[in-house]
Amino acid sequence: MTSVWIWADVTTSGVASSALELLTKARELSDDVGAVALGPGATGAAAVLGEHGAGVAYVSDDDRLVEPTSRVAAHTLAALVASGSPDVVLFPSSYRARDVAGRLQALTGATVMANAVDLPAIHRARAEVLGGTTIVDIDLAGPTPHLVLLRPQSFEPREVGGSADLVAVDVVEPPGLADVRVLERNDASADGTKLDDAKVVVSGGRGLGGPEGFRLLEELADAIGGSAVGASRAAVDAGWVPYAMQIGQTGATVKPEVYLAAGISGALQHAVGMKASRRIVAITKDPEAPILKLADLGVVGDLFQVIPALTEEVRRRTGR
Amino acid sequence: MNVAVLVKWVPEPQGTPALGEDHLLVREGANGALDPGDEYGLERALQLVERDGGDVVAVSMGPEVANAAVQRALAMGASRGVHVTDPSLRGADTLVTARVLAAVIRSLGSIDLVVAAVESTDGYTGTLPITIAELLGLPSVTFATALDVVEGELRAERQTVAGSEVVASPIPALVTVTTGVAAPRYPSLKGVMGAKSKPVDRPSLSDLGLSSDDVRPTQSIAGVEAAAAKSGGRVIEAGPETAVEIANLLAEARVI
Ligand SMILES: Cc1cc2nc3c(=O)[nH]c(=O)nc-3n(C[C@H](O)[C@H](O)[C@H](O)COP(=O)(O)OP(=O)(O)OC[C@H]3O[C@@H](n4cnc5c(N)ncnc54)[C@H](O)[C@@H]3O)c2cc1C
Ligand SMILES: Nc1ncnc2c1ncn2[C@@H]1O[C@H](COP(=O)(O)O)[C@@H](O)[C@H]1O
Repeated sequence: MTSVWIWADVTTSGVASSALELLTKARELSDDVGAVALGPGATGAAAVLGEHGAGVAYVSDDDRLVEPTSRVAAHTLAALVASGSPDVVLFPSSYRARDVAGRLQALTGATVMANAVDLPAIHRARAEVLGGTTIVDIDLAGPTPHLVLLRPQSFEPREVGGSADLVAVDVVEPPGLADVRVLERNDASADGTKLDDAKVVVSGGRGLGGPEGFRLLEELADAIGGSAVGASRAAVDAGWVPYAMQIGQTGATVKPEVYLAAGISGALQHAVGMKASRRIVAITKDPEAPILKLADLGVVGDLFQVIPALTEEVRRRTGR
Repeated sequence: MNVAVLVKWVPEPQGTPALGEDHLLVREGANGALDPGDEYGLERALQLVERDGGDVVAVSMGPEVANAAVQRALAMGASRGVHVTDPSLRGADTLVTARVLAAVIRSLGSIDLVVAAVESTDGYTGTLPITIAELLGLPSVTFATALDVVEGELRAERQTVAGSEVVASPIPALVTVTTGVAAPRYPSLKGVMGAKSKPVDRPSLSDLGLSSDDVRPTQSIAGVEAAAAKSGGRVIEAGPETAVEIANLLAEARVI
């Protein structure tokens, strides 16, 4: 029987929603679904993974699995797939999952399909390429399990009310493991509504001119409520806001009810992260900016005038 | 210190590349160049050897035209290049590409650092460098926003989902970088002229010890279709009614 496994990104604060999304797809493809969770928080995640369709949860809470090179996790997963022989392993497009899948490819010789948005069949992946303008179906061949990385928000997480059998995983430390040390860890504060859960995402780009500009967006987001502030890579690379706020190819993918882009030109790499939003509003000075082609309502003008006026109008209506 | 920098030639880095009849990216005749994403790591590598001594080797796999990417790297200051090109590599997937590039790096001998971009502008799989690291048995630091070599160790700051971390790794190591690591220089006229006389190796697959099995792709295109294009909405000039219009849209969406 076909067997599909998913990679679950876990931390001590819980399991990433990407894992639950992948379980929805895995269940469509097979009745034999396993979830692999490696690192602190794994055992605690098993119940949720089971509720969303994992029949088996392969778990280890061992700290050694989260070292920065992903080597231990990849070797551990390689041993696991060798004994469990799934046909496909689905990964999210997170940085950790990419690193694990990339190393696993070298160990198993299996194909890696990145940026997939769907699996129409067990050995076929669908991807959006060329900035989302073209859809290609790719047949996967060679050694199994095939490794497929799916773009975030490709499926809806769905509870099916099962429970997963717990299988404890033995950690494999590869020989000649280099001593890579984490000297310092800086976790960005995670207050406010998360991008994933927000009904409205208010995003800013280079046009905001500096970190102060983002305060205008925060005020607007507060006035609307249930909203989160995002950013283009230009704003993140300039150091104005943390990477956790980045939307696009190398950042988060969001699908809120309304996406409001201020001072963002709408480069392909930004568009892939937001174009599936229900409604899009864009404010830019440049009448030629590509974001205006994506927008339901495009405004050509100065965001420093439009945003404060909008905040005031929203406050008038919401009383916030 | 010797640094190998992976430099990829990409078609139409500023625009939208096209697919040909065979469903593969059109590379010949395209308006291609060195992937802008690779210039940041190249710049940082040049800064490190200018300070500490050593060589930067630019390594690329790609069609004949990809030589332009190597030439650009040489013009920026790399001392030599390696360009692998072979008709059997057309349609190469990430595993094939990783095997070829890993074989090149192995053939270079003493390399302290392998530098690549986090992901390429055209393919953006973002897994290729770390596959190379595993093939070579190297430690890796992905998603570096700053990098240095201090007392014979790699020091890097990397982005993580939670924020960032500073890591130290023994070398040799592989590192992938974002645009944060350095501001790329523009090649000088002297650099461009000098590039022509710098050596570029063009090893064959058998020179690299690779067989036809090693370069057989595991992916094939089954079909291509255009994504449903979004019909553009309304575009207005900002004016006194703009705030009300946007607020109306928010109300229609039931978010206020
Ligand atoms: C491999 C790769 C991956 C990438 N990944 C991402 C990604 O994940 N996310 C991402 O966002 N980008 C990504 N990029 C970068 C992307 O190509 C663009 O460079 C970036 O999105 C541009 O950001 P921007 O729109 O803020 O800046 P710009 O393109 O400079 O646009 C700024 C806009 O603001 C407008 N403006 C200026 N002042 C005002 C004002 N006062 N009022 C109103 N409008 C104003 C300008 O007219 C312009 O339209 C990636 C690039 C590469 C090569
Ligand atoms: N054909 C290639 N030649 C040289 N370097 C490459 C090649 N393909 C990928 N790379 C490097 O690997 C990085 C990640 O590529 P990708 O996995 O395609 O996103 C690129 O940004 C380059 O630095």
